[in-house]
Amino acid sequence: MRVAIIKYNAGNIYSVYCACRRLGCDAVITDDPATIREADRVIFPGVGEAKAAMEYLNQKGLADLIRSLTQPVLGICIGMQLLCSHSEEGDVDCLGIFDVPVIRFRPSSKDFKVPQMGWNTIERFLQDEGNTNSLFVNLHEGDYVYYVHSYHVPLCAYTIAQTDYDGFYSAALHKGNFWATQFHPEKSGSVGEQILRNFLS
Amino acid sequence: MLAKRIIPCLDVKDGTTVKGVQFINFRDAGDPVELGKQYSLMGADELVYLDITASHEGRRTFTDLVRRIAAEVSIPFTVGGGIHELADVERLLAAGADKVSVNSSALRRPDLITEIAERFGRQECVCAIDARLEDDGQWRCYLNGGRIPTDRFLFEWAHEAQERGAGEILFTSMNHDGSKQGFANEALARLSDELTIPIIASGGAGFREHFLDVFTKGHADAALAASVFHFGEIPIPALKHYLADNGINVRL
Repeated sequence: MRVAIIKYNAGNIYSVYCACRRLGCDAVITDDPATIREADRVIFPGVGEAKAAMEYLNQKGLADLIRSLTQPVLGICIGMQLLCSHSEEGDVDCLGIFDVPVIRFRPSSKDFKVPQMGWNTIERFLQDEGNTNSLFVNLHEGDYVYYVHSYHVPLCAYTIAQTDYDGFYSAALHKGNFWATQFHPEKSGSVGEQILRNFLS
Repeated sequence: MLAKRIIPCLDVKDGTTVKGVQFINFRDAGDPVELGKQYSLMGADELVYLDITASHEGRRTFTDLVRRIAAEVSIPFTVGGGIHELADVERLLAAGADKVSVNSSALRRPDLITEIAERFGRQECVCAIDARLEDDGQWRCYLNGGRIPTDRFLFEWAHEAQERGAGEILFTSMNHDGSKQGFANEALARLSDELTIPIIASGGAGFREHFLDVFTKGHADAALAASVFHFGEIPIPALKHYLADNGINVRL
């Protein structure tokens, strides 16, 4: 299994590489179009700021490349947000795989800090003809995953799991060969490992 | 629902853990990577590694260590100590740290927080504050691990750090640190209620009740401790079950 981890101007990419290696995958961090196209799986990770990231992706031709990928792709955190249509962070148009906007948390009370930082539960896995989405096989509703984010994707047609933080939002999305998680599977202990294993199997 | 976090803190010097650790066998007790893995298995929610090495050579050792932690530990970790400029932050994040914690260097040059937030995003920057409640009733901020008083005060500085782009505040009460008498809940509650970013409480943990108090009375989002965990005085699994039994939302 060859995994290409897309290299761009976002942080936390090395952690994703380490997580893939722990699962025994042959992972590379790269921005080389040919290597990315030929990989069995592509991960689009990151922690960062949407506008700067989109500018970089457009400049380097990576935006069109990502849109054209046909193998399974997993966006993580800012990677998920960049796969959406538009982000309120920097008021920037994104890649448009998922036709849904990214919006900022607007807490209804001071109990909800922004950024949301820490472990929260995933629930309401989408059932597709009686089967749990392949990303969540062998997981349980109520499992904890690690989040760090100030912006989120509302519930939408692509939502395959949700999380409650002052209301429900999309924990994960799926459309065709694109999957995405708002949380960090690479930082979510054994639960995250299972999610990555599901994606990489 | 977002869980309250329990965070063990490890002091590291020249690549090994400084304080004695008694819950794992002697051979591995000084290895920060092995310790991190053990804490992760026990249910720690995050880890903080503080580099207390002063030398340039030691800093390189710490960066190598961060790389090894990232390779083997699958929960988030923050690193602090010896971070003076953006290049230090870049080096540690590239080595796989999830967040950096700045303390004295940010007090000396507050622009450092702004720079980290702008370059890497606000969630990467933890602003650590060591403060002492003085006789005049003011919480004064201190530099260099509590050795040098400054003319800044806790609440004002925490607000400024938030405005500049800190993603979290890690507040250590020097009055409570090492006392085992509980956390500085009154100051913590005020911080937590006034700020919109998460607050990590540090200093004073001695008994499991102190953790319950810091979440209920101190309104903290996370609690950090060192010796009570390292010496096995409060095992993390038992602590989390105790908190859950008392209505605190924790990750079990």
